[in-house]
Amino acid sequence: MITPILELRNVDKSFGPIDVLHDISLKVHAGEVLCLLGDNGAGKSTLIKTMAGVFKPSSGELLMDGKPVEFRGPRDAQEAGISTVHQFGGTFPLMSIGRSFFIGVEPTKGFGPFKVYDRKKANEIAVKAVQEFGITRIDDGDRLIGGLSGGERQSLAIARAVHFGARVLILDEPTAALGVKEAAHVLRIVLEARRRGLAVIFITHQVTHAMTVGDHFAVLIRGAVAADFRKGERSREEITDLMAGGEAMAELEAEIEGHLAAQHNPPAA
Amino acid sequence: MNNLSFGNLLRRPEAGAFLGLIAVLVFFVIFGSTKFLEPAGAASWLNVAANLGIVALPIGLLMIAGELDISIGAMIPAGSMMVAVLSGHYDLPIWVGMLGSLFLGLGVGLINGILVVRTAVPSLIVTLGTLFAVQGLLLGFSVLVTGTTSVALTADPLAKFIFGQFVGGSFQVIILWWFAIIALFIFFVHYSPYGNWIFAMGGDKVSARNAGIPTTRLTIILFVLSATSASFVGMCQAILFNSAQVSGGMTFIFNSIISVVVGGVLLTGGFGSVIGIFFGTITFAIVNQGIYFTTFDRNWSSLIIGIMLLLAVLMNNTFRNMALAYRPKKK
Ligand SMILES: Nc1ncnc2c1ncn2[C@@H]1O[C@H](COP(=O)(O)OP(=O)(O)OP(=O)(O)O)[C@@H](O)[C@H]1O
Ligand SMILES: [Mg+2]
Repeated sequence: MITPILELRNVDKSFGPIDVLHDISLKVHAGEVLCLLGDNGAGKSTLIKTMAGVFKPSSGELLMDGKPVEFRGPRDAQEAGISTVHQFGGTFPLMSIGRSFFIGVEPTKGFGPFKVYDRKKANEIAVKAVQEFGITRIDDGDRLIGGLSGGERQSLAIARAVHFGARVLILDEPTAALGVKEAAHVLRIVLEARRRGLAVIFITHQVTHAMTVGDHFAVLIRGAVAADFRKGERSREEITDLMAGGEAMAELEAEIEGHLAAQHNPPAA
Repeated sequence: MNNLSFGNLLRRPEAGAFLGLIAVLVFFVIFGSTKFLEPAGAASWLNVAANLGIVALPIGLLMIAGELDISIGAMIPAGSMMVAVLSGHYDLPIWVGMLGSLFLGLGVGLINGILVVRTAVPSLIVTLGTLFAVQGLLLGFSVLVTGTTSVALTADPLAKFIFGQFVGGSFQVIILWWFAIIALFIFFVHYSPYGNWIFAMGGDKVSARNAGIPTTRLTIILFVLSATSASFVGMCQAILFNSAQVSGGMTFIFNSIISVVVGGVLLTGGFGSVIGIFFGTITFAIVNQGIYFTTFDRNWSSLIIGIMLLLAVLMNNTFRNMALAYRPKKK
């Protein structure tokens, strides 16, 4: 049995009186994509934030390479090789591409107290990193983030995470708000990261996206792991039902169709 | 690299402030005289600018980081009174009084910063509270300790030379302090890697924290910086004028905010520059003092400042949108 890069053991998380996560145990392996599925409010973002050092688990433990770790903040997680693209934000509209790419880890030149931010180097690396992911329209690191499209910003955030994330890449709904082409692009990035041997945790509400890239699936329902299975172990319908929080989507769809049909052919008065 | 092209200059945060400064200069040369550019005239607005500028710089940084500090209005007289009471009333060495002033700034800044990061109450409200609290304490204690609201102080010649002399008869030595502080700010904000953190914090605090920036510590440091700068200015004034009063800092609140906003800092954070704040402060001081060199009544200067503020904000919005829309031309 190979040791997982990242493992959660019986993790609970509550905010004051509100329990959000219950007894979560999960393993994340190198070179694999773990799809985290679940309804709105199921606790997916909270779960990945505890892996990214944003929240501390209320109880339970995190292990990296089999050894218990404790992150005091996002920086600790980053240094341990976990890099995250959060669901909202992550970009600073009035900052340049180069500066926001290196936020918190600015490259410098010079020595001692006279170290200065190396704008040229930052811009070069940032532009190169996004272009590697196919966004060739971005060729000037001085441009402001606010002038980019949503998809370009998302690609920049992912390129940044891949650039700094040596080992574990966490993407919280990276394909939401993206066009078909951009979404396909993100999926290609995920597969590329997996090929490079990274462990990827991928959150999505789209069954097709999940089935395209996922090797391993975990479904959260109301903060608990309701199902944990590998590719091919469940059918598309079963996965859809689980993502809807355990309700039978087929029945729900039939009901909606029946309802629509009734509206289109009103009973003769 | 054509970094110096006209378009690139316009997209910088200080573009509006620079054009505003030129406009104000032209205005006063036409309606007044060039006298206010000669040494005696220049001293009048440089003195105002330096005292205001030392406070406006950290206020500007706070605003870039998405915060505000209005307690400086009480910290300026508090810094004055502290040195005057310790070294004037109690006759302690001047250095003790000066350290007292600076530590007072440090203490109030820490309180402001910690309250802001711990309570998530908007910093305007927190510092409004400390503004009144410090003012009350100041008045209460000075009457209790000295029996009056103004205290005389005679600083020794060395302290006077460094912090409170008139250079060339009319230039306050604090002008030199202001220039030195500007240089330090330019280095830290625009060249060292830390400046980036302040802009990120103002752009999106949660994302900045998630990116590993110590936002809590940085916020507290910025509040300490503004309170200490204010007490420093108060301290220098007491040494210069050989006396301190409990009142007289309130105008600094609005004046520093005006200087910073005219200087191109975005009120909601994330955008601005040190040079812009410098231009904004100079512009404000020229309007404030330039009116004496014209035939207009002094009261009109408020009107000019009001109009200038609105124009500056509109202009800064335009330039910021240009910056956002900027795409390099295909080579
Ligand atoms: N800081 C917080 N304090 C209190 N409750 C919180 C906090 N963060 C999240 N919650 C609660 O935890 C629950 C799970 O939220 P979370 O953001 O993890 O859901 P999610 O699965 O990511 O949903 P979505 O698919 O909509 O992004 C929600 O009910 C939310 O209200
Ligand atoms: Mg979420």
